[in-house]
Order: sequence, then C-alpha cells, then structure tokens
Amino acid sequence: MSTAREEILDRIRRAQTDSAATVSVHEAPAPETLDTQPMLELFVENLVDYRAVVHQVGAGEVAGKVDEILRNHDCRSVVISPDLPDDVRPGELDPTVDDGLSAYDLDKLDAVVTTSAVGIARTGTIVLDHTDGQARRALSLVPDVHVCVIRADQVVTSVPQATAVLRPSVEQGRPLTWISGPSATSDIELNRVEGVHGPRNLEVILVR
Amino acid sequence: MSNPNPLGTTTATFVGMPKFPTMAKDALANTRQRRNLLHATHTIRAKRAAVVDEVPEWQDLRRNGADTKDEVLANLEQYLVQLEQKLTEQGATVHWARDAEEANRIVLDLVKAQGVDEVVKVKSMATQEIELNEALEAAGIHAWETDLAELIVQLGDDRSSHILVPAIHRGRAEIREIFRTRMGQVGRPAPDNMTDEPRELAEAARLHLREKFLRAKVAISGANFAVADTGTLVVLESEGNGRMCLTLPETLISVVGIEKVLPKWEDLGTFMQLLPRSSTGERMNPYTTMWTGPAADDGPQNVHVVLVDNGRTHVLADPVGRQALRCIRCSACLNVCPVYERAGGHAYGSVYPGPIGAVLTPQLRGTSSAIDQSLPYASSLCGACYEVCPVRIDIPTLLVKLRTQVVDEHRDGRPSVEARAMKAAAWMFSDSSHLTKAQKAATLGSKLLGKRTALGAIPGPAAAWSGARDVPVPPKETFRQWWDRTNGGNE
Ligand code: SF4
Repeated sequence: MSTAREEILDRIRRAQTDSAATVSVHEAPAPETLDTQPMLELFVENLVDYRAVVHQVGAGEVAGKVDEILRNHDCRSVVISPDLPDDVRPGELDPTVDDGLSAYDLDKLDAVVTTSAVGIARTGTIVLDHTDGQARRALSLVPDVHVCVIRADQVVTSVPQATAVLRPSVEQGRPLTWISGPSATSDIELNRVEGVHGPRNLEVILVR
Repeated sequence: MSNPNPLGTTTATFVGMPKFPTMAKDALANTRQRRNLLHATHTIRAKRAAVVDEVPEWQDLRRNGADTKDEVLANLEQYLVQLEQKLTEQGATVHWARDAEEANRIVLDLVKAQGVDEVVKVKSMATQEIELNEALEAAGIHAWETDLAELIVQLGDDRSSHILVPAIHRGRAEIREIFRTRMGQVGRPAPDNMTDEPRELAEAARLHLREKFLRAKVAISGANFAVADTGTLVVLESEGNGRMCLTLPETLISVVGIEKVLPKWEDLGTFMQLLPRSSTGERMNPYTTMWTGPAADDGPQNVHVVLVDNGRTHVLADPVGRQALRCIRCSACLNVCPVYERAGGHAYGSVYPGPIGAVLTPQLRGTSSAIDQSLPYASSLCGACYEVCPVRIDIPTLLVKLRTQVVDEHRDGRPSVEARAMKAAAWMFSDSSHLTKAQKAATLGSKLLGKRTALGAIPGPAAAWSGARDVPVPPKETFRQWWDRTNGGNE
C-alpha cells in the first residue's frame, strides 16, 4: 500500500499528463517608488485612515513621547523586550522586562512598547520581524495599548519592496507580524469596531 | 471531468440536501436575511472598488497572480516536495492526507497526543470543507471557533453563509440573543446589560474568548499561502484571534490544501496586494502572521502542517476546470453576484458558496448528487464574478462547461443537443463583449416578436430539443440592461 504522500504525488503526475508544464508568467509590475516626503505623508495618512494614532517626533524626543502616550491611556504597567534601545524606553513607569512571561502575566499588563522592521506607505502597514526591541509575538498582542516606534528610513512605498527587505528575516526562520491599524472586526452588520482580541489602541511614533 | 469524482468527500452535512432551487426559494422568503445580505454585499463591493482604483497596476497584478498560480499548478509536484523539504528543515512536521477522513484522523491523533480535550481554531475554509469540528466533537474534543463571525455561527448552531463574513445573514438583535442564551453554556456568559450595539457585542466576544486563548494548549489553523522556497505559512485576519491562536499555544496544526503553495517568497509581493483589497476592500487587513517553522522562544514549538488533497487532484486533471484551483478565497465574486445576493450562502449547500462554490464544489465532489447537479445553474452568467476575480478565474465559462457535464450525465454520456448548445454558449461567455453582443442581438429579435411568449419548435439541429418544450422568447432587454435600469432589481 502506498503512502498518502506517494499517492497524492502520483495523482498529480497523472492529472498533468496533458499539460505542457511551462507557463510563461506575466511579470509582476515594477513597484512604484515615491520620494521620501510624499511617501511618509502617504504612510501617515493610511495609518490614520485605519485608526492608528500617529506622532511624528525628532530622534531625541521618542522616550518623552512614549511616556506621554502611556499617561494619556492611564497605563499603570508596561512591558518591553530586554533589548529595547534606551532612547525608546519609557521612563515614568518602571517597565516589566520580558523574561518569558506567560500569557496570563501579559494579560495583566496595560501596554507594550516595541520597535519595528519595515513600514509600508501604500497600505499603512508596519511589519515586525521580532528581532531586537520588537519582542516576542505575544508581547505586541496581549496588552491593550501597543506603542510602536518606526524610523522614517524603515518606510518603503509598497508591498513588494517590503517583502524584498524581509527575505533575510524569513530565511533565518523569523516569524513576521504585519500590523495595519488596531485589531478590528466588521462581522456585525458590516460595522467596523476597533478592538476585538488584539490591542485596541495602536500608537505609532514616526521618528524623522 | 466526465467521471464523477471518486476522491473528494461529500461529508454528512451536505448529503441529501435539497438542490439549489429549493434552498434558494426558502432563502428568498426570508426577508430579513435578504436585507442583511443586500446591505453587506453592496457595502463591501463599494469598498473594494474604491481601493482597487487606488492601484494603477491592478490589471498587471491580476495577470501576475493568475499566471503564478497556473505555474504552480503546472509544476505542483515539484513545489509541494520543495515546500515539504523547507518546512522540515525549519523544524515543522509535514503530513499528507488523501481525503477529508484521513486529514481528520491525522489532526485527531495529533490533538490526542497532547492529552487535551479542547482546541482553539482560526477561521479556515479547509477545515470546514473536511468538517474537522464535527470529527473532533465526535471524539469528545471541543473545537472553539475564535473568529467573531464563526463564533456567532457556532453558538447559533448555524452554518456559515459567506466565505469572509460567515454570519453575514445575521442582524445585531439576533447576535445579541445568540450570545445571551449560548455563551454561558460553553464558557464565560455574556455581560448582563449587553445591548445589541456592535461594540458591546464585540466586547462580549473578547471576554468570552480570552479565557479560551489563555489556557489553550493546541490551536488549529488553515493557511492563505504556503511559500515553497522558504517554507513560510501565511494567515491573514483582522481581529487578532488568529494571532492569539498562532502564537500562544504550544502546538499548532495547520490544515492546508495542496493548491495553496506559492513558488517563492517574493510572490507574496503580489498576493498580499491582491487578497486584502479584493476581500474586505481594505488596503491591508489589520493582522497577518507569517511563520517559518517553530521560532526560537517565540510561539508554538510543536508545528505541524497537514497537506490535503480531498478532490483537488481531480480538479487538476481537468485542463479547463483546474483554473478554479487558483482561487484565493477572497469572496469578491460572492459580493458582486446577483444570484448570491438574493439566495444567500446556505442555498449552495457547500462550504464554498457563490460563483466560486458553484464551480468548485461540483468539481471537488463530482456531480452525482442533486445539489451538485444544480449548482452550475445557480448563476445568471452575467460575468461580474470574472471581472472582480483577482486571479482571473473565468467562472462563467466553467459554469457552462459543468452544465454540459451534468447534461451529458443525464444522457448516458452521449453528447446532447443541449450539451452542444452549451459549448457554443461557452464561447459566448468567454468574453463579456461576446455576451453583450449576443444579448443585444437576442433582445432585438424579441422586439420583433411582439407579445408572443414562446417560440414553439425551432427548426434545424435544435428541433429534437425544442420539439418537446417551448423555447421562451428572448427577453426584451439584456440582464445587464435590466440590472442597470432597476439598480439591481431594487426599484
Ligand atoms: S473565484 Fe476569484 S473572486 Fe471568487 S473567491 Fe476565488 S479568488 Fe476570489
């Protein structure tokens, strides 16, 4: 008796006896590249359109902005990854540093601060590859406020440019999380409601 | 495609289901459902059109998407073997399943090996197709659906009626009632003072499901894409329930149809644009998770992938029909279909409703049952589905081809006059300009026929067919003309 694997592959071979196995693939269109200024404007516009709150700050102002955001949400606790850079680190609340916290532990924390890997202007998307200050996936998922820091030079115009940047991460076996606005549902009469299971608040700090 | 499919499994739920016209008649009588559906499909349709217009290279993306999928299908063996190898290198375990029963058995064994009696689930068409929840339930394992719409359907002992928005047929008052009466029986009850505000209903789901996410040891998902050259699986979602399932439990089992494979990582550059815009009408869905085997200290360490055939190789064997395997389940074709809009998803008697369901289901299951024989007729052949399809599946032509097959099967395999007429129709529907021209000609003819309602016998080759029935006079305006004039029949 053949295994399922052999049988399925055999069925595929038999199914294709009539096909000339070459298909000429119509090339993917060359991705559009916007100039920096309009690209960043589009990025912000699309983030806001999908209900993220965007703050634009200079390099030295990040930590202060992080504190301000946490204050605005009345956060009493915040979690970070051990390697979050100092200039991004919240100062007013003593952050909980992740050392493999359980999901139950994370559920008790109000906010998380992370950095990010890539931003996509045309879709208003931020991609995390969970290296360095981006923390494990669970951290940017369970607390209700996600403060996400992205540098202007990490933003690209469109999706194909993002996948190109991300290939090395994937080859290293890194997981990716693509985030476009806070958690949302449209399942009840097509009304958009922000916040179901993921963070209900996405605050983006764009460092220019 | 002349043989009924011996490979796919028509599982218990759909066996003996009345055929489409019967089901559709019931659905049409349900005015609340019709109202909900109409609102929902028109809303998504408008959103989709707006975000597609933002992308000047949309038609090139569609072509690239369609060709990439065709290329996968032409070399499926090679890509599956590569995918398996990459997944294995990355630390995942790959399983193969010939049919639904085998897939369910594999998943059940994996779940049992973890010693749990419940699993959390990410919305997945593949697991619905194989009726995994029912198989798990029969073995005493509770499978909790975590997508809000799936939760509504599950708690309501209902079936889903749309690929993307399974509870599209339910209004907020009904949802409130379902939550109030059922949540407490399976976990945290709905808050006492919950109104039917969507925000409050979503909050009730958040609280109800959170305890299930936090304690879950095993999660089950499907995958939107599986990348052969990196071994990466991809799940798109909105609510974060997917991320919860894909990252918090120790064990993750993903059930993936063999047609989901993409050749290379960069292909996601096209598909991550095509799918969200076609599906929810968003530039991008709120969350996408991509994982390449178990990641060090992050997420499930026990990662399984079940590659499922269940009739797909049968579809592959048909040189014309195989294009249905390009489908990325965006549901755009449902939202533009005038038949779906009125009949609703339940009438199709299949987990794949709407135009794609009408072609894919009879191909996967064969055309031996009444419901599967009627499905190719559940369409007006207006061509709108083809125009919105992000991977250019020529659904109208496939429908006509399947009708031919159904007709042939009723003639003991001898090609009938009707079947030959359908072949001619296949040409006509292969290009919307052919259709428009033919329809214009037909309606012009009918204007000359005055008040007659039937043509009687047609001379020539169709005589044998028309001799036994009245050929209706062609309509005075084409379907599209009528559609435009009456705003889709709503005036
Ligand atoms: S057939 Fe095309 S439009 Fe319909 S669900 Fe599949 S990909 Fe989407």
